[in-house]
Amino acid sequence: MADDKDVLRDVWYGRIPACFTLHQDEVTEREAEPYYLLLPRVSYLTLVTDKVKKHFLKVMRAEDVEEMWFEYEGTPLKWHYPIGVLFDLHGSNSILPWSITVHFKNFPERDLLHCLSNSVIEAHFMSSIKEADALKHKSQVVNDMQKKDHKQLWMGLQNDKFDQFWAINRKLMEYSTEDGGFRYIPFRIYQTTGERPFIQKLFRPLSAEGAVHTLGDLLREMYPAAVPQEGEEKRLLVVIHGIEPLLETPVQWLSEHLSHPDNFLHICVVPTPSD
Amino acid sequence: MPISLLWAVDVHGRVYSLSTAGQQWDQCRNAQMEFKRVTAAQQCCWGIACDNSIYLNVHASDLPVRYQEETYENQRWNPVDGFSERLLPSDRWQWSDVSGLQHQPLDGFQLPSSSWEWEGDWFVDENFEGEPTEREGWTYAIDFPANYTKDKKWNSCVRRRHWLRYRRYKAMDMWAKIPSQQTTLPDPFNDISCGGWDISEEPRGRLSLWAVSLQGKVWFREGIYHHNPEGWSWEEVALPGEVVQISCGPGDLVWAVLWEGQFIVREGIGRDCPKGSSWTMVDSPSPDAGAIHVTVGANVVWAVTKDNKVWFRRGVNSHNPCGSGWIHMVGEMLMVNVGLNDQVWGISSEDRAVYFRQGVTPSELSGKTWKTISVPREGERSHSSASSLQSAGCFFTGEVRAPSVTSEAESDPDRALTEGPGLVCSVAPESLVDATTNPSDLPLDTPKPRIPKVTSDSFISELVSDREPGKISKEAQPPPASVPEEEAVPSEESLTEVVLSPSPHSGAPSSQWSNVDLEEGQAPQIQSSLVAESADTCSLSSVVTYTLAMEDPYTNDEHPLWAWVSAGACNVDCHSQLNWFNCSLNTSSLLQSVQSMSLSVTPAQTAAWRKQIFEQLNERTKREIDNFRHYEQAVEQSVWVKKGTMQWWRDWKPHKWIDVQFALEQFSGPDGNKDGILFIYYNLYEEKKYLHAFINEVTILVPVLNDSKHTFAVYTPERTKQRWPIRLAAATELEMHDWLALLSVSCCDSRGIHGAPSKQAIWSITCKGDIFMSEPSPALEAVPYPTPCDQMFWRQVGGHLRTVECNSVGIVWGIGYDHTAWAYTGGYGGGFLQGLASSTDNIYTQTDVKSVFIYENQRWNPVTGYTSRGLPTDRYMWSDASGLHECTKTNTKPPSPQWTWVSDWAIDYSVSGGTDKEGWQYAADFPASYHGYKTMKDFVRRRRWARKCKLTTTGPWQEIPPIPLSDVSILPCAAQSSVEVVPLWAISNKGDVLCRLGVTALTPAGSSWLHVGTDQPFKSVSIGAVSQVWAIARDGSAFYRGAVSSENPAGDSWYHIPSPAKQKLKQVSVGRTSVYAVDENGNLWYRQSVAPSYPQGSFWEHISNNVRKVSVGPLDQVWIIADKVQGSHSLSCGTVCHRLGVQPTEPKGHTWDYGIGGGWDHITVRGNAMDPPRFRMPPLTNSSFSANRSPETVRSTEVNGNAMGC
Repeated sequence: MADDKDVLRDVWYGRIPACFTLHQDEVTEREAEPYYLLLPRVSYLTLVTDKVKKHFLKVMRAEDVEEMWFEYEGTPLKWHYPIGVLFDLHGSNSILPWSITVHFKNFPERDLLHCLSNSVIEAHFMSSIKEADALKHKSQVVNDMQKKDHKQLWMGLQNDKFDQFWAINRKLMEYSTEDGGFRYIPFRIYQTTGERPFIQKLFRPLSAEGAVHTLGDLLREMYPAAVPQEGEEKRLLVVIHGIEPLLETPVQWLSEHLSHPDNFLHICVVPTPSD
Repeated sequence: MPISLLWAVDVHGRVYSLSTAGQQWDQCRNAQMEFKRVTAAQQCCWGIACDNSIYLNVHASDLPVRYQEETYENQRWNPVDGFSERLLPSDRWQWSDVSGLQHQPLDGFQLPSSSWEWEGDWFVDENFEGEPTEREGWTYAIDFPANYTKDKKWNSCVRRRHWLRYRRYKAMDMWAKIPSQQTTLPDPFNDISCGGWDISEEPRGRLSLWAVSLQGKVWFREGIYHHNPEGWSWEEVALPGEVVQISCGPGDLVWAVLWEGQFIVREGIGRDCPKGSSWTMVDSPSPDAGAIHVTVGANVVWAVTKDNKVWFRRGVNSHNPCGSGWIHMVGEMLMVNVGLNDQVWGISSEDRAVYFRQGVTPSELSGKTWKTISVPREGERSHSSASSLQSAGCFFTGEVRAPSVTSEAESDPDRALTEGPGLVCSVAPESLVDATTNPSDLPLDTPKPRIPKVTSDSFISELVSDREPGKISKEAQPPPASVPEEEAVPSEESLTEVVLSPSPHSGAPSSQWSNVDLEEGQAPQIQSSLVAESADTCSLSSVVTYTLAMEDPYTNDEHPLWAWVSAGACNVDCHSQLNWFNCSLNTSSLLQSVQSMSLSVTPAQTAAWRKQIFEQLNERTKREIDNFRHYEQAVEQSVWVKKGTMQWWRDWKPHKWIDVQFALEQFSGPDGNKDGILFIYYNLYEEKKYLHAFINEVTILVPVLNDSKHTFAVYTPERTKQRWPIRLAAATELEMHDWLALLSVSCCDSRGIHGAPSKQAIWSITCKGDIFMSEPSPALEAVPYPTPCDQMFWRQVGGHLRTVECNSVGIVWGIGYDHTAWAYTGGYGGGFLQGLASSTDNIYTQTDVKSVFIYENQRWNPVTGYTSRGLPTDRYMWSDASGLHECTKTNTKPPSPQWTWVSDWAIDYSVSGGTDKEGWQYAADFPASYHGYKTMKDFVRRRRWARKCKLTTTGPWQEIPPIPLSDVSILPCAAQSSVEVVPLWAISNKGDVLCRLGVTALTPAGSSWLHVGTDQPFKSVSIGAVSQVWAIARDGSAFYRGAVSSENPAGDSWYHIPSPAKQKLKQVSVGRTSVYAVDENGNLWYRQSVAPSYPQGSFWEHISNNVRKVSVGPLDQVWIIADKVQGSHSLSCGTVCHRLGVQPTEPKGHTWDYGIGGGWDHITVRGNAMDPPRFRMPPLTNSSFSANRSPETVRSTEVNGNAMGC
């Protein structure tokens, strides 16, 4: 039987093959070749697309270049969601590689946050970690860390160093056996439709009676439509890291093993493919 | 820490215990009587019941309490009758003890009390000094007394034989009265205290029991030890005054309180005189209020004065048992009690709750604060608790009935429903049916339970019912006529117990309760399914002798009121995590369910949801990555370097530690595996140089024993051949552990090894107690080209053990230096291997204790006798065993910084060769053979001092309490084995042979021990693949156990196997068919001609010398720990070696292949059942191996540069 530690590696080394093409309206002097890249699922688009930018800048006129942004089939891709979440939410029905359109103009101010440097991503990433630890340990663990530990978490993500990241992150995943789990599970449920971008509420890993809360319990409370009723056909898929865990899976285990590096469990609810 | 119990008595005289792992007080179900006081030791609990007699409750254990009675039959030869009973008038008795002075006929032996039973009849001992005797067991001599031999000679005029009979203590887990003494019966007892188990470990289970009578006299119980738990007799101790209370610590502290309020302290207590010799007076801490209570531990004394103030005595230790002064502590207590590790409990005078003193550490013995223990009592949560249901079910066997009660219960079903809804709704329907049908079927003349009659006593005035007043008034109806007035207060439990264990009551005349104070009372007769109901009723009917005052101060209290607490069995220390505090009903149930959750980790491993995640992640990889591997990675991998400074034991002479720069460069190898290189940069003559090692060539990283530096050794196959590893020392322990963890992960990564070890893993242990395992390659046992032993990769798992044994279904057991048994949990990592190198589940805290020994040496001179002034050529007057190194009490440190001292230096009497009363051993000169008595020729003497130290670490091990072990062996299964229950044999550290029941791959710890009787203590055991069990007795002879099978796991009898001539065997290992044994002189023996039809074999064939230990596996592969192995640079002691050339046709093999070492203590290959790939090769000579592996075993005594420092 494989070990739970292998799940952490599998999650970390999850990759999505992507094909970047420049938007037709922005093609200028000469045709730009598409650019193929294996994107880490747990990272952020703007953090891992330096090569893409370099590639397309070669064919751009300098005056045409504004902030780079990405779009898939008309949907602007939010860089501050992990790449895996974007793919599971928008692209999971597409054939691979995932074809992403690159823009250098007409930044959609209403849909996207600006990201002019990596420090913006770092700030976003660290604030997510802190928020998650506030839920898990009343911020005790993250506040006890030194500045260099915070840096190591970020550098681990930036340089795709699993060991470097987990050497620190394991502390964030600890809890006393007495408690039986975190205080609250840091999670977000994403959906393609609906006005709210995602659902995030307080949810404990154990019930008041001490029973283990499962993914099913979580969804029944937060998103009842995602749990098919008796005899009903499954209309919605619940996807985490591109897989569909069983509803019996304990949320505490999910939070420890299938969280993104930002320490949140990102759950995507997408319609069942019609075919 | 093992689970242990805190004992307490409430104001109603009910005895409760609280488990260190539990969250409720469990009532002692078999206390048929109310108790005044209890005093607990780990193996038993003593108490004074309300009849003022003393009762003993010996806790059941898998090790029976057996006492060996023995006597000798003596005969003399005469020309007419040959050997006959007719002796000369000057001879000894025909039946006598060993000295011949005591007349001891067989029928003169009686059972000492009704708590004992005979195990069998008398039999003749046919084993004489390790050798089997002739059939009748006679040994011969020229005359009495003389030296006996087992052979009859021409001049043998007398003979004798040894008769044995065992009796067994049967009153386990029940309160058995200590028979009153016929002579000098002490007046009724008032206080009792046991302790003294740390004074000396021999004889096993020895206890000091002190008691105080109502008249203020003090009595000491003689002769309590494991085989005689009741002791022999009471001895009165002379006193300077009248004593009211006494306390005896685990060591040599005994304090008592005098009627006038001062203390007396016992002096002169020691190993040879547990009773002590004299009393010294100590004044009460407060001039106004005399002392009323005292309690002592190993190094502390606490006292309570009449004004309920609590006092701590400063400066108490075994050299100064009186201490130096009193310190007033916060809190008002009725009594306090010191338990193990000098932890303190008390009963508050304010609310009569039990308090625990928090923060008591060896450095701060007075602790910090009192914390109340707030756990519910059993049955308090609701009436539907599992236990009450159980007793409910048992109740339905209904020995006794009372129509009047029945009608009452039946007439009021509503009330039953409101009072016990949980009970009613959760009782299974079948049991309800049983309840109504069974009792009527039973014969009317079933024996009636005896219930003790409670005599009047000031204590009894406190024994009032705690029923709520409303309920009492409601139920205050005339009691059933059938209940006699003198009925005691049987609580629910005591009644149910009557039915739970019917044996003592089922009319057997030998009931331990039959004594003058007990009157056969007719129990209230019940025929009802509603247990709570009936119990209520009967206790109601029985309390009529006492005034049920409504204004009773205790009636309305919600929490229990305690009268006495005893922590003598409660093994907690400042690190223990207890769930006893702030535990409301809800949270406790939450905690319990959490516990059960964490315990059910193993089933979760196989849960469907987990499987789904693993499968889907694999699918995801196939779908999203596998076809796109040629794509460019978004983030480029780079080289990662970690640097540090260390010290290195340089390779050239003179060897010394030099400062070096240390760096690990990690990069991704071409196959995707991570790889790395280790660099050591040093300066030689102002020139920068470096040494390097490839991570994928490192075979092991070994922490090395060093009392001042934090050192480890790095081996490669080359360095293993040289017996010269790279030795490094880090500045701090933390730094070393960081490096070891990182290097260990790198090594595993480079070899693609992750997660838990396989079931085939080979396990070994260094003399430091570190545990290593190696995954055997399929070709490890191949013939003729096995994988060379020095290329095996070893990785460490957390924990600290002395012995480890495994088999091929993944069952692994270990034994610590303190003889604690541990079962492997299936995890990996632990200790310093944290984070990625460690599994999250299945890692637990592990502790181990061992002794450090130093020697005090003295030389005799004609003027002053023995003094510590030696000759100039002598060894140090304080030294290690060799005498070469000076080791004084103050400069001797624990073996490594991981260990801390937990005791003071004490004389060790358990040295081979024996000692005199002061621990001295005598000899003609240093170094020589020592003996335990002085002769004219002895000019030097020495004695050994021991000091205990303790280590706390973590690892994938769970304790198997409570029996300490010295050896263990698990049946080696074939690779595809269908064996479900795996036979496991063990030797307790006292030499008992044990057989573990219920061991399976899912429950490796098994369920219980089965004791296998022997006539002498054993030291080694091994079970082979077809259940052939071999064992070695302490006298060095071997035994084969007959008829062991899965149906009869303990076999039927021992067959004596003579040891090789003039050799004493010490260890045995049995593989598929091969039987190997090692003797005390390091010889390895193979048992010839073992066959299924003749499992004992014919004789021992010598295979090799220079062997410390042997492990024979399920393929009959033979691995040993060699004593000394010479390498090209150095010599190593304690080296793993593999027997080459072992084949079914040649089970003895031909040469050794040398593996990792030195400093290895133990290896087990019994998990490796992988059949090697078969080569079809022409038979080769072994030249290819012996040529390039020239090192031969050496017999030189010079030892240098051994890596482990042992």
